[in-house]
Amino acid sequence: MDILTNVLTTAIAPSTAAFALAAIGLNFHFGLTGLLNMGQAGFMLLGMYGFAISLSNGLPIWLALIIGLAAAAVFALLLGWPTLKLRGDYLAIVTIAAAEMVRFLGRSQSLKDLTGASSGIRGIDYKEPFETLSPFPDSIVTIGPISMHGSRSSSWWLTTVTWGLVILFSLIYWRLSKSPWGRVLKGVREDEDAVRSLGKNVYSYKMQALVIGGVIGAFGGIMWALGNSVQPDSMGRPTTFWLWTLLLLGGAATVFGPMLGSVLFWSALTLVKGVAGAVIPDTVLSPTELEPFSLVLVGVTLMLLVIFRPQGVLGNKKELAFNG
Amino acid sequence: MAETTAFASVAHEPGAAKPDAILVADGVVRRFGGLTAVNVNHFEVQRNSITALIGPNGAGKSTFFNLLTGFDMAQEGEGVFNGKPLKGMPSAKVARAGMVRTFQLTKALSRMTVIENMRLGAQEQPGENILTAFVPPLWSARERQITEQAHELLHRFKLYEKKDDYAGSLSGGQRKLLEMARALMSKPTMVMLDEPMAGVNPALTESLLDHIVELKEEGMTVLFVEHDMHMVRRISDWVVVMAEGQIIAEGPAGTVMSNQAVQDAYLGAHHDTDLSEERDA
Repeated sequence: MDILTNVLTTAIAPSTAAFALAAIGLNFHFGLTGLLNMGQAGFMLLGMYGFAISLSNGLPIWLALIIGLAAAAVFALLLGWPTLKLRGDYLAIVTIAAAEMVRFLGRSQSLKDLTGASSGIRGIDYKEPFETLSPFPDSIVTIGPISMHGSRSSSWWLTTVTWGLVILFSLIYWRLSKSPWGRVLKGVREDEDAVRSLGKNVYSYKMQALVIGGVIGAFGGIMWALGNSVQPDSMGRPTTFWLWTLLLLGGAATVFGPMLGSVLFWSALTLVKGVAGAVIPDTVLSPTELEPFSLVLVGVTLMLLVIFRPQGVLGNKKELAFNG
Repeated sequence: MAETTAFASVAHEPGAAKPDAILVADGVVRRFGGLTAVNVNHFEVQRNSITALIGPNGAGKSTFFNLLTGFDMAQEGEGVFNGKPLKGMPSAKVARAGMVRTFQLTKALSRMTVIENMRLGAQEQPGENILTAFVPPLWSARERQITEQAHELLHRFKLYEKKDDYAGSLSGGQRKLLEMARALMSKPTMVMLDEPMAGVNPALTESLLDHIVELKEEGMTVLFVEHDMHMVRRISDWVVVMAEGQIIAEGPAGTVMSNQAVQDAYLGAHHDTDLSEERDA
């Protein structure tokens, strides 16, 4: 029973929603436009740095939010400016390197006063303004089998806001992907030169997609930071790969794919961890080995998924497969 | 016939001036390293005519085509299309100016439906702006017009029954038709066809030819690159021959074929494989 409660808690957790949010951003990049952004974690990290540093220096929360999102937008412009004129692979190389640069810059001792170097920024330094906005009680609240704090950290308040944002951005994705604007992006995904020959400014459309997806990614990062803390190493390459995994799991180029993918991915991980912990004796697999073991199992499952259902759970096989 | 009168006074020589040129190119040079792929002194295309650009493999036809449509940049030279200078103009702007092209290797947008392919070809859809896209009332009226126009064209090109299929499921010939129909969505003044017959089965070639002649009847200008001499003879008003990057002859199909320079160029160039043409594209 504990295992199921854990799975359920993970399924609705704010960090699951935050990942869904970042994956929606990635869906703008890859699902709609075909851009290979391999550095979405960098966008998340920049967002949370901009947000947390602004708040810990006493700026109002709305300004901090704008600064966090603007940082990601500027980052997207800088990355896109030289690379979007080239073929897709260049963007992949540049984004993965740039995301690592952001992380290493954040970790560097010379920026300790600003970013807290490798230990990051403690939640207590920036979470309060958001938590005081909470209409929920300032204590543990139990709904059904799930207990969370009403307002602090990974709370019902944060859960509500983050899932609200997931729904909002899913709606935005739906509206845009069904519009003539989205049609141009899909055209770019299929063949840039053809779209160019039809009189569309491909560079500008790719840039718009990169900025929008990056800003949504930063939003995901900010919401994640509100439930955890700003920790550069938690936004490394694995985070980007998880985002890709859950996007492809749910189904790229679909409205609900990122949301479903995030819930499935994190729930499955918790379930596997819980079951393995209960079934496998400590002498065979020590508790510290459980985490990597469950990741291996989830990885194998995903490989099977890629082989047998390449369009993801919700995807349209004709429209989007991995090899497409 | 109109074409005979229009071309009556035109000299049968390379770079001949036309009475009403829609496209003019001057001193166009494109080098790839040490190789001069295109070196055209002067080139004019008569308005509302069908002009064929022919030549042996590796003559620089496709490169010249890419230069004219902004898909490649020349090191030297300039062009004027319908009164607008082409120099430095990006391909998308060339298309918006009214000169649309198709590709030798067909570029149907495979994972989009036929009707979506068509809609993408239209210009002046305000919903293609990201802010306007949020408010359907601002673009749905135009979308209906576009869809109607697309339906008409699909009927004409006999693709209407396929409109909800993914373009990737069409045959090679149907993709050529779709690409041409899509190009017409922008209501162009000039249509540039890069080997419209390549890979099309014989049953479809006749209808493709008819479609091209129709474009002229509707007032458009057509310039096409082609290998198929049968097609060149049947529909072109004027033939321009390229060899080794230069224009070596011009004239009506009948005259040009008997030109000594043209025969030398063709017989002297023994490139039987299509590879050189592919690299040229």
